[in-house]
Amino acid sequence: MAATKAAISLWRRLLALFGGIVGGLFAVGHVRAADLPENKAETLFHSYSGGGVTALGPALLVRKSIMDKVSVSGTYYMDAVSNASIDVVTTASKYHEVRSEFGLSADYVYRDSQITLSATSSHEPDYTANTGSLDISQEVFGGMTTVALGFSRGADKVLKHNSPEFSDAARHWQYRLGVTQILTPRWLMSVNGEALSDDGFLGSPYRFARVFGAAVPERNPRTRSARAVKFRLVGDLGSRDSMHAEYRYYRDTWAIKSHTAELGYSRYFGQAWLADAYARYYSQTKAVFYSDNAPTETVYVSRNRQLSTYTDASLGAKLSYTLKKVPGQYDLKLNGAYEFTHFSFKDFTDIRTGSLYGYNANIVQVFLTATY
Amino acid sequence: MRRGTSTTTLALLLAATMLGGCSMMPSAIKPIEPWVKPYERERLADPIMKLSRDSLPEKHFEHVRSVREGGRGATGVQGGGCGCN
Repeated sequence: MAATKAAISLWRRLLALFGGIVGGLFAVGHVRAADLPENKAETLFHSYSGGGVTALGPALLVRKSIMDKVSVSGTYYMDAVSNASIDVVTTASKYHEVRSEFGLSADYVYRDSQITLSATSSHEPDYTANTGSLDISQEVFGGMTTVALGFSRGADKVLKHNSPEFSDAARHWQYRLGVTQILTPRWLMSVNGEALSDDGFLGSPYRFARVFGAAVPERNPRTRSARAVKFRLVGDLGSRDSMHAEYRYYRDTWAIKSHTAELGYSRYFGQAWLADAYARYYSQTKAVFYSDNAPTETVYVSRNRQLSTYTDASLGAKLSYTLKKVPGQYDLKLNGAYEFTHFSFKDFTDIRTGSLYGYNANIVQVFLTATY
Repeated sequence: MRRGTSTTTLALLLAATMLGGCSMMPSAIKPIEPWVKPYERERLADPIMKLSRDSLPEKHFEHVRSVREGGRGATGVQGGGCGCN
């Protein structure tokens, strides 16, 4: 009897708590409105150098609101790639190419909701990729919680230099769900999940695998499904500084599992300077059909080192300097960022030396941002 | 049968709660108020707390990583496709 009463009491309490949360969400849902993204212009020079690959170029973004209801933005992004990576130098010759990407997006705000529609188009001489996305975010619980849903659809066309008979396609689907929660006046956290699905030609027509020591064109499955979840915590530390910690887990149907962890610290210096520093660590296990040198003939085989077992570790820093600020009107900032990364492969050998492969990479960014 | 009844009751209670907000709830069920008021969120609005301050540099980092790492997704950054393998 006492146990029954206790059970009923517990049930009532749980119901009250649940009802309280749901009632709270809807009762205070329209106290405030979501904000449109601020008007902004960004111009960036970016550079990546590592493992025999250099990719650099400019990028530009302009964002402007119209009638305080819609914010539209346009982006241009260019990569000039010079590729003499280990894949290229051991099977072909060094090459240069340019990738250009154009993007358009529109954000619409209605009460506590924000709807974002965007499209990008990326062009290389042998690869074209078009992507469309729809994202919806909704503030609930008095603006303490933001729930976001998103969907992207991509369609690629794959060609091969000097092989006019080769033409293939790939399609991509991405479904996103995210929640950002204010925990205290100084701390907030977010959880993001994404389901990804790919279909079509999912490799490179130039890459070779090794079977019994002989080079053969790689053969990848034509479907791939993946799941990823990321947790992030950001906190104000009280001395005009903050920290963030994040972790992501990823797994897919090619049997790759990966872990990503990042820890960062940000701090203001005076009125004009803002500095960030972070450390990032990534590890993954290999795809089921990856082999450095396959001992048997199989349906699928790849020697793409991106599908091998490896780790990479990064250290990065950013510095931002406010050149001019007129409160309520505009500000102008000059920024620089640098990241050093070391890649260490566990089952990918340099066939020129026979030893396990590894390399260092450097990323440099210089950019100017203005809000108006 | 009993399980079905309790499930129906719970569904009705939930529907009533969601449709009516706090006005339809029994007096014992008090809504949980947002415990961080808008005027207490000044620090959270500071750029130092933003998950992503500038979109182009973030897009560049995501592009570099998605080309070189097997793991992807759940970044909060929308990326376009490319054949930079």
